This record gives sequence, structure tokens and C-alpha cells, in this order.
Amino acid sequence: MTEGYGAISRRDVLKTSAAGAAIAGSLGPGNVAMAQGQADAPPHAAVTLKVNGESTRLELDTRTTLLDALREHVKLTGTKKGCDHGQCGACTVIVNGRRINSCLTLAVMHEGDEVTTIEGLGSPDNLHPMQAAFVEHDGYQCGYCTPGQICSAVAVLEEIRAGVPSHVTADVSKPSPMTTTEMRERMSGNICRCGAYSNIAEAMAQVAGVKA
Amino acid sequence: MKFDTPAGTNPIDRMKVVGQPTTRIDGPLKVGGHAPYAYEHQELPGKPAYGYVVGSAVAKGTIRSMDTSRAERAPGVVAVVTHRNAGKIAKGNFNTAMLLGGPKIQHYHQAIAVVVAETFEQARSAAALIDVDYARDRGAFDLAAAKVDAPDATGSDAPTAVGDFAGAFAAAPVQIDQTYTTPDQSHAMMEPHATIAAWEGDKLTVWSANQMVAWGAGDLARTLQIPPENVRLISPYVGGGFGGKLFLRSDVIMASLGAKAAKRPVKVALPRPFMGNNTTHRPATIQRIRLGATQDGTLTAIGHESWSGDLEGGGPESATQQTKLLYAGANRMTALRLAVLDLPEGNAMRAPGEAPGLMALEMAVDELAEKLGMDPVKLRVINDTQVDPEKPERPFSQRNLVRCLEEGAERFGWARRKAPGQVQEGRWLIGMGVAAAFRNNLNMKSGARVRLSPSGQVTVETDMTDIGTGTYTIMAQTAAEMMGVPLAKVTVKLGDSSFPVSAGSGGQWGANSSTAGLYAACVKLREAIVAKLGFGPGEATFENGQVHVGNRVADIASAAKGGEIVVEDSIEFGDLGKKFQQSTFGAHFVEVAVDRYTGEARVRRMLAVCAAGRILNPTAARSQVIGAMTMGVGGALMEELAVDKRFGFFVNHDLAGYEVPVHADIPHQEVVFLDEADDKVSPMKAKGVGELGLCGVGAAVANAIYNATGVRVRDYPITLDKHLDKLGEVV
Amino acid sequence: MRPFTYERAKSAQDAAVKAATTPGARFIAGGTNLLDLMKLEIETPTHLIDVNGLGMDRIEPIDGGGLRIGALVRNTDLAADARVRKDYGVLTRALVAGASGQLRNKATTAGNLLQRTRCPYFYDVNMPCNKRKPGSGCAAIGGFSRQLGVIGTSDACIATHPSDMAVAMRVLDASVETIRPDGTTRAIPIADFHTLPGQTPHVETALEKGEMIISVALPKPRGGTHIYRKVRDRASYAFALVSVAAVIGKDGKGAVALGGVAPKPWRVEGADALLPNGSKAVADRLFAGAAPREDNAFKLTLAQRTIAAVLAEAKA
Ligand SMILES: Cc1cc2nc3c(=O)[nH]c(=O)nc-3n(C[C@H](O)[C@H](O)[C@H](O)COP(=O)(O)OP(=O)(O)OC[C@H]3O[C@@H](n4cnc5c(N)ncnc54)[C@H](O)[C@@H]3O)c2cc1C
Ligand code: SF4
Ligand code: FES
Ligand code: FES
Repeated sequence: MTEGYGAISRRDVLKTSAAGAAIAGSLGPGNVAMAQGQADAPPHAAVTLKVNGESTRLELDTRTTLLDALREHVKLTGTKKGCDHGQCGACTVIVNGRRINSCLTLAVMHEGDEVTTIEGLGSPDNLHPMQAAFVEHDGYQCGYCTPGQICSAVAVLEEIRAGVPSHVTADVSKPSPMTTTEMRERMSGNICRCGAYSNIAEAMAQVAGVKA
Repeated sequence: MKFDTPAGTNPIDRMKVVGQPTTRIDGPLKVGGHAPYAYEHQELPGKPAYGYVVGSAVAKGTIRSMDTSRAERAPGVVAVVTHRNAGKIAKGNFNTAMLLGGPKIQHYHQAIAVVVAETFEQARSAAALIDVDYARDRGAFDLAAAKVDAPDATGSDAPTAVGDFAGAFAAAPVQIDQTYTTPDQSHAMMEPHATIAAWEGDKLTVWSANQMVAWGAGDLARTLQIPPENVRLISPYVGGGFGGKLFLRSDVIMASLGAKAAKRPVKVALPRPFMGNNTTHRPATIQRIRLGATQDGTLTAIGHESWSGDLEGGGPESATQQTKLLYAGANRMTALRLAVLDLPEGNAMRAPGEAPGLMALEMAVDELAEKLGMDPVKLRVINDTQVDPEKPERPFSQRNLVRCLEEGAERFGWARRKAPGQVQEGRWLIGMGVAAAFRNNLNMKSGARVRLSPSGQVTVETDMTDIGTGTYTIMAQTAAEMMGVPLAKVTVKLGDSSFPVSAGSGGQWGANSSTAGLYAACVKLREAIVAKLGFGPGEATFENGQVHVGNRVADIASAAKGGEIVVEDSIEFGDLGKKFQQSTFGAHFVEVAVDRYTGEARVRRMLAVCAAGRILNPTAARSQVIGAMTMGVGGALMEELAVDKRFGFFVNHDLAGYEVPVHADIPHQEVVFLDEADDKVSPMKAKGVGELGLCGVGAAVANAIYNATGVRVRDYPITLDKHLDKLGEVV
Repeated sequence: MRPFTYERAKSAQDAAVKAATTPGARFIAGGTNLLDLMKLEIETPTHLIDVNGLGMDRIEPIDGGGLRIGALVRNTDLAADARVRKDYGVLTRALVAGASGQLRNKATTAGNLLQRTRCPYFYDVNMPCNKRKPGSGCAAIGGFSRQLGVIGTSDACIATHPSDMAVAMRVLDASVETIRPDGTTRAIPIADFHTLPGQTPHVETALEKGEMIISVALPKPRGGTHIYRKVRDRASYAFALVSVAAVIGKDGKGAVALGGVAPKPWRVEGADALLPNGSKAVADRLFAGAAPREDNAFKLTLAQRTIAAVLAEAKA
């Protein structure tokens, strides 16, 4: 959607790390690169991520989080950085079918992993049912927590169906019921300061086919 | 367009598009992850570098020396900017403290350096290599201690008095004299303050998260001492602000200075743990309220004093504001007192003044009702006023507080409420509470440009922002209504200082003022279309993409056949706001459950009934209100920036330490809007709701807790430790 | 965050050897605590040893009863395991009361035990903190200590251990199984795993250099009602002010451990025996010698009342 720098980003990713090119070039996944004596080459490693179905090979400073890899290197900025410390949920993505906070995991630890971001769930003209339900129920305001909320919401319904217990499950030896009480508890790792919670619960209930 | 007489009938009154519950036109972009926020813009004039801001480690003092050499030598570092090499920096009109500190330090985590590097990781680790030696000064950090000799605030915040408050209070048969406290609070919007800055020659462009584009651009020029015309600020999507992004903040300055030094675009986002002390907050208050009444509940004396603190040169939290206007009563006084504190800068947060003010006042009213043995809804109803109690010659433009209270009581099942401590379900003590909501309506001059293309597309351009308020959608609705076109025929472009200056988003003035500005521009466009078509005099009707004058009809697009029509206008407000007191009203009803063992309070039901003029988009307006109610629950139950009075800073400065409500804290919320249209406020006949929704919520929760437990807690937030030992023995 | 090199361990012993011999080396499991702290340079490893993918993500029965939980089992999977839900309900309940769904999907058994305190001064590198910087002092004493410990603390540090899971493991008498660089293994009773601060608050566990957790063993199920009650200001996604893990039999006898009050899961065996006597007796025994601060003294009342709530629930 934008011209200019964004358009050449993919090639530039490799150039960005060119400072460490000699080292990076020889790297396989998960290997160590020591930056001995090279002030300009912090350790890099190669990683291949499967983002929204597309394989992407990146040479990254080992310190790069999955969140920053997605936002700054793959240029998928739908995944948000709200706190960078696991305290808000804005960075939620689905990795190998499970939702996680992408800010508290290193990109290099995800060799070969399937990462689904908000952009992979649906597109503006072909929305995922959860995305459409958020629009219909006004499950957002500023929109900044929204991608994380939606990725979480999709995963939460799966978790309930899969029988993962929660803090509000009355009897943990039995499967949890599909209720908005369960949804509210499980969504609590996604903070919305705009306070769209009541509407998000309604959007989720609609997608789950239960009463709000 | 000047708005100085009450609005007559106008095209908005058709309410074919305006007033309809409309899903957001920017919705698909937001839920798809494609709406670009400040840090995410890709259309830059070069490859960006990353800036990481360093904050002061002391609250007050002087930087004795600063060693940046290790940072400068660190891998990937392009530039390090501090007060030593930043050039001349001034203070913006809207800031109290300098955005770049040094050598003088005014508050903890005041920005003192930005490290620019090739990557974010490099910038962050190099930032930790800056060594600073401080001379620490003693500061004042304790409001309770500083309160003692805090002087009266001045100007529009000066004390007010009507009648003989002292005499009337002393003579009142029923009295309340209590002190309430509210803590420092943090906006904690989800998008951190963030900016990308790029210089092209001496022209500076910043993509930033800002509620008030013109203020921000102006203060950016002022701070950097460059001509305002050299600055462009772009802010199309703002990830929440709540007042925290009203003003220029350090991210903008540090990105701009970093970009200048690095000679390329620089991206800066404030790290979350930095925001609590680097940016602004809502100041704590200590409030004394005295109410005097006769046995029948008539208020005879109303006194409200509030103490707050701020840095030298700052302002008070105007917590007495609503007390001047909310209830009748012949004898009244208010006073704001301002102490100098060396904590970070206090400033506006959603409903500044009224939010903490009502937390206290509406608890005091609840206490009075109990003392009188009167229903708190009834007490509020009998003390209603239709005129400004300080200046009875000024009527309210429209005031339906009583209907809000009565309709709310009916819907909520208020009649089922019992005496304090009477309802128990298992381990839960159940209670209901009510509070009035009140927030003044403010209007601001607002401009817009409208274009009509040969294809009939209407494009709106204004520097107005959408901070989650639904601006994109209500602007499109307004243009569609005015021009008689479907929503799809309207494109809205916001948040760019190259567009006409708008009201911006603050003080809940945004929706009414900015749509009114657009109304003015659309009136001009209608005239231009009629003129272009040569449809002589006569009343023009715009509908279905066509314009009718008498029996002449044409597609509006045909007027632009020869080229786009572009018009611009703004709305300016005359003295109707002086002649009529313009305010918004509501009533909040809350049911809580308090764990009898642990004292944990959880909200079970919430209802707000609002009277706020015409509701431009009930869907978005309802969201504003439920969001505000959620913030109100936070203020009542958990939100507090904890002050370390030795080191002088807010200790819990991240989102794990500063707790805000999560999903599990918030039940289903009901919102009702009374059907109103206020012709004294603007041609849109609308007022704001975004702050109204917060006003009174805290007190309604507090009153519900009291009703559940019979224990009154007057210090917010009402955490379990404050009533635990009064909840009765458990074994 | 300082630069670091990264490698994937090939085996548990390989990891232990590397950890002992590579300067500045640390294990990384879920990363949810370590990376949080590395971003703030509270932790500054220069080499990370990724211990995921060593097959330590299984939950297996132990001969003669009990369960062995791999060090890399995710908190979500442990909570959802049918055997745990049935026989060790207190553990499931404690796990799901902790952090958020996203974090539990990453957090591991070993990482959860080894997470560090949430003391706000520990988290602010401008502040003195003996745990973060030995000898620098303790900013929390005399400061904002509402969250911090009331017992087991010292004049050098009053931090609490933030884990919920560990409190349940303490009541279940779990043991932590490790491997050392020389290949030897040992089982550390959970009671001895976390250490009290004394004058060395930076030392937090009994682990030796390079020693790696490979599993946690739960003894045979303890019959009775399993309860985990966590008290906090907001309803979810918050650390405990006080938490109580308890397993209580029909006869009113059982075991109880507390979170949020001490530098380690707090259990006093002598207090267990007092359970039939009610919450006051139990709390008095648990908190004998407590050293509360002005703003966390409420934890003593809160603990007693929460134990009362748990006893009432067990009876119901
Ligand atoms: C916002 C937030 C809220 C939270 N709330 C809660 C809560 O309410 N309750 C709660 O209990 N927890 C809570 N947590 C903490 C969370 O549970 C821990 O972060 C998590 O359990 C750590 O596990 P990990 O596998 O990610 O550990 P890592 O971060 O990978 O490692 C932690 C430590 O363990 C070491 N380590 C890892 N594996 C091994 C091993 N096999 N042998 C030896 N050493 C090892 C690492 O070197 C490191 O020092 C919260 C965290 C966050 C960020
Ligand atoms: S209580 Fe412990 S962790 Fe907290 S500041 Fe003191 S020494 Fe550091
Ligand atoms: S950005 Fe990852 S949890 Fe906040
Ligand atoms: S929509 Fe703004 S934070 Fe959730």
C-alpha cells in the first residue's frame, strides 16, 4: 500500500545485516556466530519463518524478537508492540497453532515455525469471521490492541473446544463450557485501554455461536 | 461560518446517515492490521535508523558529567544526541518541563539522550552504555506534606464563592464534611508515544501519534526553534491517547534531533517502562467536601476544596469544576490549591477535573443521602437546577440529568437496592451504587476542506484525528448527509498538518466541533455546486447524488465535470457558550460483589444513561461510553501510580505494575442515550460523550461497594486492604 | 539487551557442560522471564543455550505412582493434562491462575520455577537492589512494598517469589530433578529448592553452576479437595497479593502453602497439623516471626482470611 522504502524492504533486509555479511553468509540455522573483535558485527543467525504460509529467510541479530522480526524485517506491522514485556498482549500471534506473545520470544528460536499474524487471518476485503465480527460489534476503538485481540480470540475458541481448562472453569476435571465468562478470563492477557471488552465478548460469542 | 445564533432546521436534521448506527469505515483496515500507526509508516525519504531514549535516573538535580563515548563506539551507532550537542531547544507552549533535560533535571526519566543506531537492538544496548554523573537535589514529592502551604490557584482556576457558605454550612441541620483522595493515574494507552522524523533540507516531517496536530506541529517548531512552515506532522491513526497525546512529547523531539544528527529518518518509540515517568499523568488530589442540607434534602451549602501538585509553572487538577454547576444551593464555595511537586509533569487525562472531582463529590452526596435517610437518586433529583447556580441568569442550553437518573433507576432495578450490608450470595456481599455524570461541553474552532471530483466522490481533508473516537466515520456520515450521497462516495483524510486546522481530539470537543467545521465546508460546497450548475436562487436539496433547485435536477458530479471543486471553511463559535451553560449529563448505575473473606470487589452490572445532545453515531458513541466506564472501574478499583517519596518517582511504571482493567473485570455494559438535539451548541446539535462516560463511574462503584459492605472507603482506588479488617471476622 | 551468541543444545548434559564452561551462558526455555529481564539489562547473558527440543516436554507416570513432568512442559499443557486435572487439581488451578493464556503457552515448568521476583525496584536499574546488584542496598525497604514479602525476608531483601505453580508444587511435595555438568543427577525437594535471601538475595536456588532442571517429580496423589485461591487487585493477569494452595481431606486434615508472602512458596509443616483448628491457628503458625512493612501488613490479615475461605470451600 505504500511506495518508497517499504517496497524495497525485502532486499534491504539482507543489506541491513551486511555489516555482518561475512559471518552471516556462513551460518546455518541455529548456529553460533561469535562477534569476536568485530565491533560492527553483533552475533547474527539465520532463521526461516513460515509467515502466513510464506517462507521467509532472515539473517538477524540474535537479539531480534519475533515481534521485531515481523514488524521491522518482514514489514508486517499488523502485529503491535504495546509494551515489549509480555504485559499487554498487543503482540499476540499464532505460532504452530498456539497464541503467544511475540515480544517475549526470539526470532531465531522459531526455525521452520508457522506464524500466523493478523494479516494472515484475513484481508480487508476478505475478512476472517472473527475480524468481521469485531467490525460488526465495534469490538475496538483506537484499533491498536485489535490485531492481538483478534488473534487471541480465534485461538481462545480453539482452546475451549480443545478442553484446555481456565481459572474460571468450575470443575477442572471436566471440559470447560463455551461461555462468555470463559472467554473473558481467557482474553485477559489482551489489554484494551479503550475498553472495548464488552463488545469483544459479543463478537466472540457470535463467532462461537453462543449467547453473549 | 460563524455560529452565534441557535441552529435552525438544516440538512443534518434529516438524520438519514448522521445518527444512524454505522460500523466504522476504517474498521476493515484496523481489524486487518493495515491501518498505519506512527511507528509503522513506510513511505519515508530514506532508510530509517532507530532511536532509543535515555531517561534521567534522578528526579531533581543536575547532570554533572556525561560520558557518551562508549555508546558512540558501540556497534551500529550513528549518533548520540544530548543537551550538549542538540543545539538550542526551547520549551513548547503546552509543556511544563523541557522535553530534553540537562544539565538541569526536572523529573525522573526526563529524556536526556537519544542513541541512534542501524537497528533497534543496537540502539537499545548502546543506550545502556551512557554514563551519567548527577548532583541530586532535594525535591518535594509528597502531596499530603506539600498541601499545608499550597496557595490558591489563580486565573480561571481561582476560588469561587456565592452567598454565605460558612454561615449556611454551620447552620445546616444535616452536614457532611469529609476528605477524599484520588491517586496519580496513568493514561496507559496501548500505543506508546512514537514518532518517525525525517528532514529534507530544513523541512521536517514527523509521523507521530498525536491528538492535536496543530498544537503538536506548533510546539515542535517552537521547541526546535524553526519556522512553523517547515514542520509537517502526520497522524492518521492514533492508538489511544486519553489526553496523553494532546501535546508534543519527548519521542517527537528525540526523533527529530536524532534524525538531524544521523542525516536520515529516525524512528523512536518510548519504551513502556519509561512512559509512566517520562510522559504526563493525571495528578493526585486531596479533596475536602462540605455539604449542608435541610431535613428534606435541600442543599443549602456546597463547599469543595481540592489540593493537587505539579512542577513549577504547571497547573492544578481542577477537581472542583463540576461542583460549581451540578446542584442547586444558595451558598457555595470552591477552591483549588496548587502545590509545587517535583514529580513528573501532571496534565490532562480524560475528563480532567471532573473525573477525580466527581469521584469525591458523588461519594459525598451518597453519604449525605444516607445521613438523610433518603434515596440517593431522589436527593439528586430534588437538587437539580436548570440554571448556572453561580450565575442564575445563565440557563443550561439543555439539561436532562433528572431523566437520566430516573430512567436509569427504572432500567437498573434500583428499587431492589437494600440497606448497606444486607445482601449476600454465598461468599459475596452484593451492593448497588449510583452517581451523576457531568462534563462540560466545549467547542473549538474547526476547519475542513472538501473536494468534489468529476466522478462524484467527496473527499474530506482536515487535521482532525481519530483516536478511537470514530472520527473517520462521523465525518463521512456528516459529508454524506450534507451532500446527499451514500457513505461509499465519501473519502475522509485526517491527521495531517497540511490540511486545514481542526478542533483536534481533546476535552470531548472533537466530534461536535470537527463535524460542525465540516458542515460549514459542505455548506460552501453546496453553494459552489449550485453556482457551477447555474441553478439560480431557490432552496437546494441534495439527495441521492443529485441536487434539486425548484424543478431543476442534476447529478452533483456534473458540477465537477470541468474539474474538481475544492472549498474550505471553518466553524467559529460565538458567545452562545457564555449565554447558555453547555454541559453533558448522565447517570451511572453499578452493581458490585465484594468477597466477604478477601475483600476483593468485582463489578457485576453497569448501566449508563447519557444526555449529550444529538448522537452522531450511536455505535461509536456507545463504544466511547463503555470504554470510559471501563476506565472508571480501573480508577475505582485498581489504578494508582505509586509514589516513592524518597526518590521522587512513580514506582510501578509498566503495565504489570500499573494495573488497568482486563476482560475479566468488565461485565456486559448497557448504555442508553436520551433522544436529544441541542440547537445552542452547533449546527450538528451534538455534544461530546467520550469523557462524560467516565465522569461519576468511580463514585458509582465506590457507592456500590459501600452498599455491599457497609464500610466507607474514601481513598481511591478501593483496594481490598482498605476495608479488609472491617468486613467482619471469618474463621 | 547485550549481544549474545545462541546455540541449540544437543542433549541435557551437553547443555549443562556448555552452561558451566561458556562464560556468561544461560539456558533459555520459554524465554518469557529471561528476555523480559534481558531487555532491561537486569539479566546480561552473553550466550544463550536453547534447551527446547531436547525431548523434555513429556509428562510420564512414575513407577509406583506419581508423575514426572519434563522441564520443558508448557504451563498450558501441564494444566490441561488429564492426570494432573484429576489427581493434582491444585496444580492445574495454580497454573491457570498465573500470567495469561499466551504466556502459559510458552512458559515452561523449569522456567516458571526459576522466574525472578517482580519487586518493582528490582525492575528499575536506577534503583539500589541487593538482588540485582549485590551490596547496593534495598530500595524496597522504606519504599513502595505493598506487593512484597512479610516473612522469610531479611534486612537485605524483602522480595517475594512470584510463581503460582511452585506454591502448588510445594503443597504436593514435588521434587526438582536436575543434571549436572558431570552427568550426575539429583532430586531436590521443592522445600529446599528456593533459598531465603539472608545477606545474599542474589542467590535464589540450590542449583549449582551449569546444573539444569530436567524434570519435576510429583509423588503419589494426595487425596482430598484441591484448592488454589489467588487474591489480586484485578480479576486476572496479575500477580498474587496472597495465594493459598491447599489439599484438604474429609477429616479436615491436609496441607497448605502460601504464595505472595515470602521469597519462596511458604509452607510450615507444623501449620498443616493445625488445619482442623481453623484459619487463625494456621495463620499464626505460618506467620510466627513475620516482619511486615507498613504497606504490606494487610497481607497477614488477608492470608488468614484467605485460608478461612479455603477451609470453608473445602467443607462445602
Ligand atoms: C506480564 C506477566 C505476568 C505474569 N504473571 C504470572 C503469574 O501471575 N504467576 C506466575 O506464576 N507467573 C507469572 N508470570 C511469569 C511466567 O510464569 C514466567 O515468565 C514463566 O513461567 C517463565 O518460564 P519460561 O520457560 O519462559 O522461562 P525462561 O524465561 O526461559 O527462563 C527463566 C529462567 O529459568 C532458567 N531456565 C530455564 N529452563 C531451565 C532449565 N531447564 N534448567 C535450569 N534453568 C532453566 C533460565 O536460564 C532463566 O534464568 C508472568 C509473566 C509476565 C511477563
Ligand atoms: S526487595 Fe530485594 S529485589 Fe526488591 S529492591 Fe530490595 S533487594 Fe532488590
Ligand atoms: S507487546 Fe508483547 S505483550 Fe505487550
Ligand atoms: S482498541 Fe484501543 S486499546 Fe483496544
